[in-house]
Amino acid sequence: MNSWSELDRFLQTDPRDEGCATAMELLHIYAELATADSSAAERRYPEVAAHLRSCGPCAEDLEGLLAAIRADLAES
Amino acid sequence: MTMKAAGSPPEGAADDKPVPEAETEDWVWALSVEGTQREHAAARLHEMLLRAARAETRRRSGQLRISGPELDDLAHQAAADAVVAIIAKIGEFRGESRFTTWAYKFVIFEVSAKIGRHFWRRPRVPMEAADWERLPDRFGLDPARESEWRDLARALRQAVEEDLTEHQRRVFTAIVLDAVPLDALVIELGSSRNAIYKTMFDARRKLRARLVANGYLPENPVRRS
Repeated sequence: MNSWSELDRFLQTDPRDEGCATAMELLHIYAELATADSSAAERRYPEVAAHLRSCGPCAEDLEGLLAAIRADLAES
Repeated sequence: MTMKAAGSPPEGAADDKPVPEAETEDWVWALSVEGTQREHAAARLHEMLLRAARAETRRRSGQLRISGPELDDLAHQAAADAVVAIIAKIGEFRGESRFTTWAYKFVIFEVSAKIGRHFWRRPRVPMEAADWERLPDRFGLDPARESEWRDLARALRQAVEEDLTEHQRRVFTAIVLDAVPLDALVIELGSSRNAIYKTMFDARRKLRARLVANGYLPENPVRRS
């Protein structure tokens, strides 16, 4: 790894990335799929997966939603 | 409101895990009717979302630098606002997930928005103060290996100054150099997360194209996993 790889990764953009609006709209469906099988969620919604790799706030929301779902499942 | 027949998983739901229809339909019905039923359902929903909001604020407390009653107050506000939003939008629920998952999404978004607002309560340097000295720290550029990245950093700064629009430069400076969280910038600029992200997306693409054209970065990066 070179000394500037993190900067290069930050500047990279994925044309499949459809942005926050799409990700936020689909996040509950994506999260439920990901709870069972994260790769299935990525295959079903590549535009959301591409976005979540680049958007810290949306990725953070997904983490929170997954935690809530798991806590819910653990209680039931 | 469109609900699938019991037993058939809604489009988009996990194929092998049908959404429990009865519980979801109970929630939707109870929150859609007028009167005592809805009041009871709203109270149960608030209790459920407050638990989730408390867990989420605890999980993200490192971003907040608050604790105790103040953190709990933020969780209460997020849960209360989420309940209002859910009741207002109950007609938009399409049964593509469990109702509870859809509802949790609202409270998670509320927590994010409130954390964004909370950011500005801390004393900070003015947003316009673009300090390029922070770049190495931001991207893990090792001072001991400065000879490897000095020209790249200089070219990036030049591209930011010459290639970006004023708005793109402002957003780039705030997020990258001033480390303003995106949700906090949304509040400051009266914008949306999607709009700010799109601005950064276009800026990143433009900057990388310039750095590739001038030979500072490889044309074909290693794709992120």
